Amino acid sequence: MERQWVPSRTEAFPMGLRVLVVDDDPTWLKILEKMLRKCSYEVTTCGLARVALETLRERKNKFDIVVSDVNMPDMDGFKLLEHIGLEMDLPVIMMSIDGETSRVMKGVQHGACDYLLKPVRMKELRNIWQHVYRKKMHEVKEIEGQEFTCADLHLIREAGFEERGLLTREDKKRKEEYNDQDGSDQSAAKKARVVWSVDLHQTFVSAVNQIGFDKVGPKKILDLMNVPGLTRENVASHLQKYRLYLSRLQKQNEDSNLGNNRWADFNPKEPPAKPDLETSPQVEQNTTSKPSPGFGFIAPESETQPIKPTSHFEEDNKVKRKTSSMPPLGMLLSFTGTIPSAEIKPSEPLTPSKHPNWTGGLPLVQSMQCPKHDHKRCDLLCDYSCLPKPDLYTSAPPVISINVQNETGDLLDVKPALMDCIKAISPLTCTVDGSTSGFDRLPSIKGSFFEQSNCHAEPGRITGSDLVPLPEDLNLDSSLQEIGCFENVDLMNSIDYFQTEVESSSNWCDGSELFDYPLIDECLFA
Amino acid sequence: MDYVNIRRQAASIRKGLFDQGYLDEQFYQLEDLQDDASPNFVDEVVTLFFRDSLRLMANIDQALDKCAKDFNKLDVYMQQLKGSCTSIGASKMKTECTAFRDYCRDENIEGCMRSFQKLKREHSVLRQKLESYFQQLRQAGPIECATRPSK
Repeated sequence: MERQWVPSRTEAFPMGLRVLVVDDDPTWLKILEKMLRKCSYEVTTCGLARVALETLRERKNKFDIVVSDVNMPDMDGFKLLEHIGLEMDLPVIMMSIDGETSRVMKGVQHGACDYLLKPVRMKELRNIWQHVYRKKMHEVKEIEGQEFTCADLHLIREAGFEERGLLTREDKKRKEEYNDQDGSDQSAAKKARVVWSVDLHQTFVSAVNQIGFDKVGPKKILDLMNVPGLTRENVASHLQKYRLYLSRLQKQNEDSNLGNNRWADFNPKEPPAKPDLETSPQVEQNTTSKPSPGFGFIAPESETQPIKPTSHFEEDNKVKRKTSSMPPLGMLLSFTGTIPSAEIKPSEPLTPSKHPNWTGGLPLVQSMQCPKHDHKRCDLLCDYSCLPKPDLYTSAPPVISINVQNETGDLLDVKPALMDCIKAISPLTCTVDGSTSGFDRLPSIKGSFFEQSNCHAEPGRITGSDLVPLPEDLNLDSSLQEIGCFENVDLMNSIDYFQTEVESSSNWCDGSELFDYPLIDECLFA
Repeated sequence: MDYVNIRRQAASIRKGLFDQGYLDEQFYQLEDLQDDASPNFVDEVVTLFFRDSLRLMANIDQALDKCAKDFNKLDVYMQQLKGSCTSIGASKMKTECTAFRDYCRDENIEGCMRSFQKLKREHSVLRQKLESYFQQLRQAGPIECATRPSK
């Protein structure tokens, strides 16, 4: 039953918290259910991990938290954990009889909010609501930290939270108040995060492709990436976002009128194992073939023209969309934020020619640092140049249309980048003022992406992140590989927001839509 | 019917189970969970446990028969069973599960087999005692529950 958890109702939080319990042991399932009911939570039980995942997918936003056993016969609990984190971004609590430090650590690395040892006591379960609350607060802070204007924040929040049934208007107001108090703390805290530069992301994507999307795992990726200082946790977190992004893209594709299916591969209907760039994920723009700027899908023109990211990018750079000059990153994310489709008008399809990595899709603008150009895949992350300048916030959250046109046609790659971009972009539009330094650093994408969109008007908005300037002359060839700033920031919120946009044909979020891809990217979660 | 005596008997069985280490603290937790909404909760859970544990033990039996050298598999099954034992606080069984897993780790198939036999005996004894206990409880009537005062 759909229920918005509203603190202002007579039920006091955390009563009515919606919990999904997953355990293959029927005895434990019964006990846990009873315990949770006694805590006044709403409980749904599940004896199989796969069924749990399906349930979550079908009834997104109908659960607040998941409690799952680690050792299950049909699916490893850690894998389930990852899926949930990627697809639904719900807090997950793991349980096990095995309390060995290594296992617990593994749980935490995979994203578990907590790790309980069996036999589990009711008092331990009573406190699980804190994870839900903490997550919410964190999300709000993330957004708030971006120095959004109140209106933006409001939009974002609405997008992110209401969609998840987590916030009510009262909540939002509270959050804003909260924001006012804590905003300053956020940026500092954020700085410590890992910044996923374009190059780094590209490395990540290459590793993912090498391993094979369906077999991918943070450890494997980490090993393959071989980046000193990068932790498995960073990778896991990034992978999560990437997957989510990809699944969202997929859904978007499916829904958008991009129809031309460049994204066919990603179409949830057809398990896109590897999006074929040829097929071109499209960036959808409503207009025909505009490569959607930004992270979104850069849809190559409907016609199958190869995308010339660079050219597009350049064009885009000049194009002044509603918002702004294309921030260097801008391309990336065409976060034009507001109705991308409408606003973004990629000047022309990107042709891959300039962008070596684009086989045919639109390169995604990468606001991140100049990516290495070796990426074969034009991940979304790369080459955002083609994205028209996002008009971020004219009204909607920037739609990041990332045209993942990898050589391998792997849209999947783009996703994370996109997600990151999106995150970065979150309502803040960073004005990427052309500092063309290239993508040296994509501080949280926020900067750059937003730039594109409305941001330009408000340079000040860029919070904290140094906008990765998307140089006008950003030669997205290959360099745009990734949307750099992948902070392990919780862009998801914003991404959510953006994603919906992406769905629109132009891949630009109308802002009003949230990315909510109930569909799972089958590739990802094969 | 002499409810008082029946109740006394039930209480005595219960005490014995704890004193002799058949049950541990977890069983108290189950008793605490029992309430008006689920007045036979403990009985139901225990029944579920015994049914499911039979299934798990059958898996182990089969594994020992067919692929006796597959210690990983045996370990996985045993971990499942052990997890199940913790649900009702079946302490002696749990100990034996641990012993079995140790043998698995040492790849000592005979040790595993011996341990498993012992485990089956423990399972059987516990089942008998608990069945007897709940039978007494049922006879004693719903009011009486040889449990700690429920909240």
